[in-house]
Amino acid sequence: MADFETPELKDYIEVPLPQIGVMEGSGPFKAKPDHQEALGFPGELIDDWENVAINKLADLTNRYRGLRVFLDACVKCGACTDKCHYYLGTADAKNMPVARQDLLRSVYRYYHTPAGKFLKKFGMEKLIGARKLTEDIINEWYNYFHQCSQCRRCSVFCPYGIDTAEISMAAREVLDSIGVGQKYCNEIIGKVYKIGNNLGLPEPALADTLEGLEEEIEEDIGVAVKMPLDQKGKDILLVTPSADFFAEPHVDGLIGYAKVFHQAGLSWTLSSHASEAGNFGMFIGSYENMQRVSMRVREAAIELGVKRIVFGECGHAWRVAYSFLNTLVGPFDFLDPNYPVPQHILEVTHDLIQRGKLNIDASQNDHMTLTFHDSCNVARATRMGPKPGGQMVIPREVIKAVCNNYYDMPEDTIGEATYCCGGGGGILTDDLIEIRVKGAMPRMQALKTVVEENGVTHMAAICAICKSQFSKVIPYYGFTMDQIISVHQLVGDALVFESEISESSNESEETENEKE
Amino acid sequence: MSFLTILFATLFYFATAVLLFGVGYKIWQYAITPAPLKIPTMPAPITKLGVVLRMTEEVVLFKSLFKSNKWIWIFGWMFHFALLLVLLRHLRYFQEPVWWWVDLIQPVGMYAGFVLVIGLLGLITRRIVVARVRYITSPSDHLMLILIISIGLTGLAMRYILRTDIVSVKAFMLGLLYLDVQPIPTDWLFLTHITLVISLLLVFPFSKLLHAPGIFFSPTRNQVDNPREKRHIAKWAAKLDATRKS
Ligand code: SF4
Ligand code: SF4
Repeated sequence: MADFETPELKDYIEVPLPQIGVMEGSGPFKAKPDHQEALGFPGELIDDWENVAINKLADLTNRYRGLRVFLDACVKCGACTDKCHYYLGTADAKNMPVARQDLLRSVYRYYHTPAGKFLKKFGMEKLIGARKLTEDIINEWYNYFHQCSQCRRCSVFCPYGIDTAEISMAAREVLDSIGVGQKYCNEIIGKVYKIGNNLGLPEPALADTLEGLEEEIEEDIGVAVKMPLDQKGKDILLVTPSADFFAEPHVDGLIGYAKVFHQAGLSWTLSSHASEAGNFGMFIGSYENMQRVSMRVREAAIELGVKRIVFGECGHAWRVAYSFLNTLVGPFDFLDPNYPVPQHILEVTHDLIQRGKLNIDASQNDHMTLTFHDSCNVARATRMGPKPGGQMVIPREVIKAVCNNYYDMPEDTIGEATYCCGGGGGILTDDLIEIRVKGAMPRMQALKTVVEENGVTHMAAICAICKSQFSKVIPYYGFTMDQIISVHQLVGDALVFESEISESSNESEETENEKE
Repeated sequence: MSFLTILFATLFYFATAVLLFGVGYKIWQYAITPAPLKIPTMPAPITKLGVVLRMTEEVVLFKSLFKSNKWIWIFGWMFHFALLLVLLRHLRYFQEPVWWWVDLIQPVGMYAGFVLVIGLLGLITRRIVVARVRYITSPSDHLMLILIISIGLTGLAMRYILRTDIVSVKAFMLGLLYLDVQPIPTDWLFLTHITLVISLLLVFPFSKLLHAPGIFFSPTRNQVDNPREKRHIAKWAAKLDATRKS
């Protein structure tokens, strides 16, 4: 299938011995000058890159306490070394979280710590693992900081909570500031600025797609479920990843949200201005770009005059929404204070189920046995509901309400310890397919366990990136694409609508008549 | 007063000053550096009290490390807990009369010295034996361990091999404390011990030992999970707000 070997799935996840240079390379495709400039970065590697990079690093340590503490505090205990799915899947030593941090930390130590400044005078910087910045190091950063999905698994297990995701974000921002950007992320952010979403889907095409979906649903269940776009005066603005508009299995999730809203009688609309829940500004560590992307949500909410904002299924989008939106573009005092801003679609659905507002027939999903993949950003960077850990509980309760057959994957691969899909953090691009396939190994291993032990047939996910990534890499491990499913597809498929009820009651009347 | 006394007294004051100002500066720097975004590692507490509990579990029990790796946890915890007892026990050299609870821990404190050394030997062994940890180790990481092990061993030796004249040690330390310098005991074991301790104080603010104050400022551990309820905004970020259109 490709010019690398797919890791073999064993009975449990083996921790490999560190190897040098397995994943060395030139990294993903670089952003073109116009991709860069649209985001306010230099078009290509600037002449004075060395000084600018060093100063940018100092600037970031002054603006982000986390970064500063993380760069100072690591004791090289090694507790994180076996926690990264990319290390487990590639065995490349530089994919151990602390080793990845050290790529940046070594330079920080050389230029920005008293010990480094002192020791380098005697050429003894090696003593503390400090390094002078060179072009090779720039390339190494570019390569290895795009082998981190910013999943935060390492941060759960570090005694000081050192989060390599923060280091990766900072490194990518330093790189952008000297003109070395990644094509995938920066081009996409540009599309959001220009058109409104990551896929570059303009308003007419979006309207068309939604209309097509409405027809499809009506054909399917005989009910006119609407997908309103840009309608003013509705209660809820739904912001969802643009992949939901046509990628598989995402779109079935979107149909599920629409069915839920319809059955619960909630008034809602999508927005063509904010037709993207995703926010790649986070992946490149740029507060300014993240804010600029988020502004569209605020603007749409104001313009459409909604009372609530609800986000669709997406991991990093929910992180930006839950944890950052209020900070970036709040306050949201113009919305209905009775609801948290924003809400996750699963919070809405869960609440409706709890209050008995949905008419559910879980046997509709009896042909499947489910497991659930906790998205890293949802599990480790957000919450759902009022209680800590709700982000793990609510999706499972919803799935169990609409499916009769459910099994969790092994304890140490779910919840806060969940393994990333392997494609998060802005690396969901074909030029990084090798790291994506290899990084999926731990999750595939866990899936294999429940497939073999519990007869699991499908894995449900609540993230656009997870869904795309799995659909792509799962065949490398001998599974099939259609084994990945949106949680709201399960919900949508289990909902029973009036017309269906009357149809089936007609049927039963007929049978009764026959009996007579 | 002998040259040796003056030398060590000066070094001791100097090292203490470097430690206090160095660490004080870093704490001040951490305190004034904003954390512009809410990034607690979830699930996180939703109240301040919850954060205090989380932090206590981390600092006292090394909870994350326990989840992570039982060997590092056991050696690391042995070392740190023993270090605490040893430090508290050492208070007796700086007070007259000795506080009752310092007297109370004296017997335990003595054995803690062994536990401390064993914990450190465990950690240094891991550093050498486990390939992953060996890869991420710099010479300074070994030196730091060797330094503290040597402090522990010289300390134990003073008690169990070549007993040092504790009375004159105490007179010297008390003299330092009350700015009335007394002659330093010229016992070489003691001089080595105190030289190593002075080195440790000197490197503390410039090394990874900053993890001690650092952990309290780690946003992934010390933030409350309430971003929807309360708008969290750093000063520099608030300035960007002003440029927003709506
Ligand atoms: S667990 Fe934390 S302190 Fe230990 S090596 Fe990893 S990043 Fe450093
Ligand atoms: S954030 Fe995730 S991908 Fe990045 S180093 Fe940590 S465990 Fe690996």
